[in-house]
Amino acid sequence: MLGFVARRLLYLVPVLIAVSLLTFLIASLLPGDLAYVILGDQATPEKVEALRHDMGLDQPIWWRYVSWLGHVLEGDFGRSFRTGQTVWQAVAERLPVSFELMLLAQIAALAIGVPIAIACAVRSGSAFDRFMTGSAFGMLSVPTFLSAILLIYLFAVELRWLPATGYVPFEENPAGNLRFLVLPALTLALAEWPGIMRVLRSDMIATLQEDYITLAKAKGLKASRILFVHALKPSSLTLITITGINIGRLIGGAVIVETIFALPGIGRLLIGAIYTRDLIILQGVVLFVAGGFVLMNFIVDMLYAVLDPRIRHGHA
Amino acid sequence: MTVPPLLSIENVSVDLPTARGNLRAVDQVSLTIGAGRTLGIVGESGCGKTMLSRAILQLLPKKAKLSGRVLFDGQDLVGLKPERLRKLRGRSVAVVFQDPMTSLNPVLTIGTQLVETLQEHLELDGLAAKRRSVELLAAVGIPAPEQRLTQYAHQLSGGMRQRVAIAIALSCEPKLLIADEPTTALDVTIQAQILDLLAREQRRRHMAMIIITHDLGVVAGRTDEVAVMYAGRVVERAPTPMLFKKMHMPYTQALLAAIPRIDGAPHTPLPAISGRPPDPTRPVQGCSFSPRCRYAAGLCYGQKPVLTAAESGEHQFACFHPIQTAAVIV
Repeated sequence: MLGFVARRLLYLVPVLIAVSLLTFLIASLLPGDLAYVILGDQATPEKVEALRHDMGLDQPIWWRYVSWLGHVLEGDFGRSFRTGQTVWQAVAERLPVSFELMLLAQIAALAIGVPIAIACAVRSGSAFDRFMTGSAFGMLSVPTFLSAILLIYLFAVELRWLPATGYVPFEENPAGNLRFLVLPALTLALAEWPGIMRVLRSDMIATLQEDYITLAKAKGLKASRILFVHALKPSSLTLITITGINIGRLIGGAVIVETIFALPGIGRLLIGAIYTRDLIILQGVVLFVAGGFVLMNFIVDMLYAVLDPRIRHGHA
Repeated sequence: MTVPPLLSIENVSVDLPTARGNLRAVDQVSLTIGAGRTLGIVGESGCGKTMLSRAILQLLPKKAKLSGRVLFDGQDLVGLKPERLRKLRGRSVAVVFQDPMTSLNPVLTIGTQLVETLQEHLELDGLAAKRRSVELLAAVGIPAPEQRLTQYAHQLSGGMRQRVAIAIALSCEPKLLIADEPTTALDVTIQAQILDLLAREQRRRHMAMIIITHDLGVVAGRTDEVAVMYAGRVVERAPTPMLFKKMHMPYTQALLAAIPRIDGAPHTPLPAISGRPPDPTRPVQGCSFSPRCRYAAGLCYGQKPVLTAAESGEHQFACFHPIQTAAVIV
């Protein structure tokens, strides 16, 4: 097991190097000189030249990458030239919002998707199965901004149960914080449960035809034990992958949802950085998000091994 | 004959709806087996022997239709409440499947799969169930049984896996064990060991056993009675010694002739049964074996022969032109 973890960690090194290179290139190859962005169009060429020299922009690009990477490895991602905030500070401030939103959305999506998937798999081909599969397809094609607006209309405008937009930190007011996050999390969950439901349903249908399920029945086990112990575990590999991708994606913030519900998360930080051409923040956040994604994939790989002993022992 | 049999299958049919029409996998089969006895069901792939065995515990595919009666200990299992059927499965009637690689759950430990069966049917606490699991694994000849509990199926060899499957089947001391091709997926060298193990445990526990196989050689020395199946029907049925002494159905004879013999001259071609079994979705009007039978004539093509008793009464066969001569091979 330790060897397995070490091997997987080793694979991460080239991936992370590629990620950092791409991130750096995005920021460097964007049109427009950073010095002009900072100083404005009216700056004199001398001032621009001086700033370019100060910032190392007159160095060759590979040298700039190496020195940037050196700083990153030391934990220095740079500082916004607009707000003076470091990338670390900006991310640390926004991350809890996006993380909490991601967590609530995943819990909700799994809570909706998993039971429906199991129920459909058990009665595959039935009217219930066909109805739910069809609904999932329908939900899959509803864009997030539409379901967000519909939810706001229903729960905030008509029923007045929940606030439409806004945010308070969890430390200040836990109940209020959750009230603000219910609708955004639900919006994301509505987009995600169909995917969860469809992969788990089809994996589960395949698993239920396995000999070991027939044997489990022949042993006289209860239906609940057969479903949740014998069938769910070997059917969850794709589910784990999908959930891992969803989590990885949402660590980077849900740009649309955060914007609609006015949540100060990573997504809005990113959008803000793009609008204000705050390249240092942009570069730092993209690197951070990509790194989070890679890390999440690593965790998913580890979970495979936890779920399936054959992967753990190098048999599959 | 005063004691009623442990299991009595009466007019059991299994129908499977398929895209090409209804498939009658098992056609009006009646069989009995007494307590502690061994019944062999023999036939080639697709003859319905596995479907018949699954029909006993109603482990059939969801769409299958089962008719007839399956009396176990005097109680009809067909139409039994699911909960009562569940209590019987694994407790009174246990099964061993063909391929232990696919019949053991790949993501659960051997221990979990043994203990869950024990705890489902017997009132055992975790420690007692674990102790009993170790005993069972030792009884089926698994070395270092204690370590095996934490291992997974893929960490064991094929023979060991089948021993584990047998230990699971034996765990609740069933009255009847159904072994569906228990050695087909195993190495030849392991086959005899597994069959010996089954025979030994059967005697020790005074358990009835149904062995399903395509190999007449497997049932020869190990069963009290043999039923030969072809195209969903029982075509010949007799106490084992009687069957091997004098078989009446040409199909049985052909099946036996197809077994390679160790004392045969080298390079003699094996007498295979020509042709293929009939398409079960398009039933043959006469005897199902008639298209492949070298004795077939007249009546065989027009009418289905029914199972009738030979002179001894215990020996039954379904054939219009039975072979009367004693079989050459005993």
